[in-house]
Amino acid sequence: MCFAGYKLRLAIAAFILSGLQPLAAGEARIAVAANFAPALRAIADNFSASSGHDIVLSPGSTGKHYAQIINGAPFDAFFAADAARPMKLEQDGLAEGSYTYAIGRLVLWSPAQGLIDPEAKILAIASFRFLAIANPELAPYGKAAQETLTRLGLWEQMQPRLVRGENINQAFQFVASGNAELGFVAKSQLKNFRGMDAGSYWEVPAEFHAPIEQQAVLLSDSVIARAFMDYVKSAAGRDLISQYGYDLPMNAQAQTDADR
Amino acid sequence: MLTGDDFTALWLTLRLALITTLILLLIGTPLGWWLARTRSPARAVVDAIVTLPLILPPTVLGFYLLIALGPRGPIGKLMLAIGGQPLAFTFAGLVIGSIIYSLPFVVRPLQDAFSNIGRRPLEVAATLGASPADRFLTVALPLARPGYITATVLGFAHTLGEFGVVLMIGGNIPGATQVLSISIYDHVETLQYGRAHLLSGILLGISFLLLLSVYALNRHLRVVKA
Repeated sequence: MCFAGYKLRLAIAAFILSGLQPLAAGEARIAVAANFAPALRAIADNFSASSGHDIVLSPGSTGKHYAQIINGAPFDAFFAADAARPMKLEQDGLAEGSYTYAIGRLVLWSPAQGLIDPEAKILAIASFRFLAIANPELAPYGKAAQETLTRLGLWEQMQPRLVRGENINQAFQFVASGNAELGFVAKSQLKNFRGMDAGSYWEVPAEFHAPIEQQAVLLSDSVIARAFMDYVKSAAGRDLISQYGYDLPMNAQAQTDADR
Repeated sequence: MLTGDDFTALWLTLRLALITTLILLLIGTPLGWWLARTRSPARAVVDAIVTLPLILPPTVLGFYLLIALGPRGPIGKLMLAIGGQPLAFTFAGLVIGSIIYSLPFVVRPLQDAFSNIGRRPLEVAATLGASPADRFLTVALPLARPGYITATVLGFAHTLGEFGVVLMIGGNIPGATQVLSISIYDHVETLQYGRAHLLSGILLGISFLLLLSVYALNRHLRVVKA
């Protein structure tokens, strides 16, 4: 009787503790820039399948993630949309190991077939009502769009036609819903949400704007996060990143070639 | 200090709140009157629809509006059919969004005010020979005055603080759709805390004074009536 009661209590204690303690196969929590979340999801699924560890992704804007992290958010790693915020975190002593995991490519896109010509002359002709961009003050893709328009000498005259999304996903939404006829969006969005043959697009030459370097950092000493980071850097990880419409940084390429 | 863009945003926000409130009072009067008087079974449905904006996340309203206003949505198609332009990213589009967003804040107080009058004063006026229009204008409206004050101030103040809907359908255009709350958001996100503080303080001050005036006025009216 007494022994049975003891066993019951032990079972209850074990049940309660099982909810508190991480399982043998652990997990890592990753903050990821919204534009890279689909790609990182695919990489994380592959990683989980081979390692048995769970990767929990929190997609969001890099500015908000930064504010959350300096206020103690429990992330193990951070895949940012820019290089500035990871650098700041390292300077604050909250992060380490920053490296460029992907370089974003900008495209001018319209869901309408044939609207955008191969040389994007439509920008100078301006035969449209609204051009969507991400807010250059807030989003790296928006800054790149501003630099592109400035280089084309069209930034000033485009002002009355510009609509600015809070982030690149919102700019994409403005165009996809038809409210803006065309817009500067991320190549990765076009590739994954619509496919490159949906409508017409112009791939902005890389030298038209400063490279959109997306950097990642480690935020804790989590072994799983470290292993995941290594997996992202591996050939399998980089293949997926490239499939999702990003360029790969030269140095990582060279480094992996050296590893082979 | 406030820059030109900040003043533009402040003026735009006040204009949006004023126009929205005026239109809502025009819509809210017959709607609130009907809701207060009707025994129709449709009342429950209309009640639920009027209250929806109160509990729906503004992003849901904004998302539906973005699609509805677009060239393939019902409102956008209508605009194109009558020879106009789709309304997303325009001041008129924001007015439509704000009317939906602030609807319950104007209709509810009016509905309550009309309910509180009861049938008796109107029946008395009818026996004295007042026409329906006369009864409404000279009996119901004056008796519903506290409701109108509450509805006006709440509708105005709630529109001042609108953010999620504008974020979704506005496109952040200075002078057309960049309202105060969006400017504040941009200032915070770009770490310009000084300017964010200033604009936030202005919004806080206006909102507090508005609410203070509604409570003080309604209290005054009750005292006068008693």
